[in-house]
Amino acid sequence: MDWLTYLSFGDAGWGDELLQGLGVTLALALATLPLGLLLGLAVAALALFGGRAARALALAFSTTLRGLPELLTLFIIYHGVGMGLNALWRWYNPAAGHIELSPFIAGVLALGLVFAAYSSEVWRGAWQALDGGQREAGEAMGLRRLTIFRVIELPQLLRLALPGLGNLWINLLKDTALVSVIALSDLMRMANIAVGATKKPFLFFLVVCLAYWLVCLLCEYLLGRMERRANRGQRMGGAAA
Amino acid sequence: MMDILMRFSSQLLSGAGLTLQLTAIAALLACALALPLAIARCSDCALLRWPIRLFVSFFRGTPLLAQLFLVYYGSGQFRAELSQLGLWWFFRDPYYCALLTFVLNSTAYQIEILRGGLRAVPHGQVEAAVAMGLSRLQQYRKVILPNAYRIAFPALGNEIILLLKGSAVVSVITLFDVMGQTRRIFSQTFDLSVYLWAAVLYLLMTSAFVWFWRCLERYLTRHQRLRQAPATLTAPAAKRVSAGVSP
Repeated sequence: MDWLTYLSFGDAGWGDELLQGLGVTLALALATLPLGLLLGLAVAALALFGGRAARALALAFSTTLRGLPELLTLFIIYHGVGMGLNALWRWYNPAAGHIELSPFIAGVLALGLVFAAYSSEVWRGAWQALDGGQREAGEAMGLRRLTIFRVIELPQLLRLALPGLGNLWINLLKDTALVSVIALSDLMRMANIAVGATKKPFLFFLVVCLAYWLVCLLCEYLLGRMERRANRGQRMGGAAA
Repeated sequence: MMDILMRFSSQLLSGAGLTLQLTAIAALLACALALPLAIARCSDCALLRWPIRLFVSFFRGTPLLAQLFLVYYGSGQFRAELSQLGLWWFFRDPYYCALLTFVLNSTAYQIEILRGGLRAVPHGQVEAAVAMGLSRLQQYRKVILPNAYRIAFPALGNEIILLLKGSAVVSVITLFDVMGQTRRIFSQTFDLSVYLWAAVLYLLMTSAFVWFWRCLERYLTRHQRLRQAPATLTAPAAKRVSAGVSP
């Protein structure tokens, strides 16, 4: 069989299955993004404005999760949260059978925590780069703390944090491949299944690599445009102009 | 919690040995490969630049797991050809495949880091080296590379930590590093605490490396501290000299 046949759509080829897997991969990354961004922002706020205990907690959170392999975090969440849920479920209803934590939810939780740990550092750096006088000006105008954040700080934070967050997004896309290890039917796992059926490992894993590569290049391009848009009206250094 | 550690400590430690070994060998080989490639990446010849750019972009734009599968499982598709070339023993072994993948992956990242370092070398220093009549090799050896490595040093440390963490994927291709041992112990005992011990082990390894790298960095930048310290001591002398020069 010709390699095009292997990748064709329909019953003979694996094109549609791989595309489905790519859909799951993208869905996983997109579902993780809001969790990671918001949790990261909350951790950064704790690290900057919290009390002593809150700051220590935020530091421990980001240091630990950045020091662990993503695969290990994924397994801890998958088995740990799964066991916890089962214990809770049995306590509530002793006759109940075993429930399985969906790999998708485990993936969102684990990758979301990792993303939060990394993004909290990016948010913190951006927040510190803001001129403190702006907050004081907001306070002098009688704005509430939340309004100051929403109207004055957040728009600038987004611009300052965008390059760092963009890198993290690309990393997130690549990390989603790990979730195939706990049997999520993403692009990686679909290729595994296709390899099992066709015995063409090089072809399928090459196609998988190319698919990830393409998505990453596309994201890089889009992020570049977003950055340029976010920085419109900013005075740049000589090199950037 | 403790009894798991007591029962399986030797397995976990041997796993840590494999993790460190894979990381260290791959990082060193990648370091050796990245330097000439980074210099070539900065050259004016597009024929040299573009293949390296493509290589870097590919390895940075795809998941490590997919690269590992491409090398380890993918080579199986060419078993006959590889056997003929006498290379099958290499690709049959998950250890060598993991090593090859990590070397390629880390080389790509290190090229990018070194390129940044080479670019950040102050141009005046290169000009000074030329003006002193240093040969091209001497320029690199005495002026450009020490500067570039010093600038790239923290980023290189980050890359090695990423490699150490990323090496956990070898557990998927039947190698028993920390992650592989942990998964095996978990499948025997269903005791979640083994994962927590693995986490402790990884945190210990990364923090030990961070400490080692910081010491190394302090050693490499020792001249910068030395220059600052006597400057305050000999300030009056310096003033005297400048007073003598001015009319």
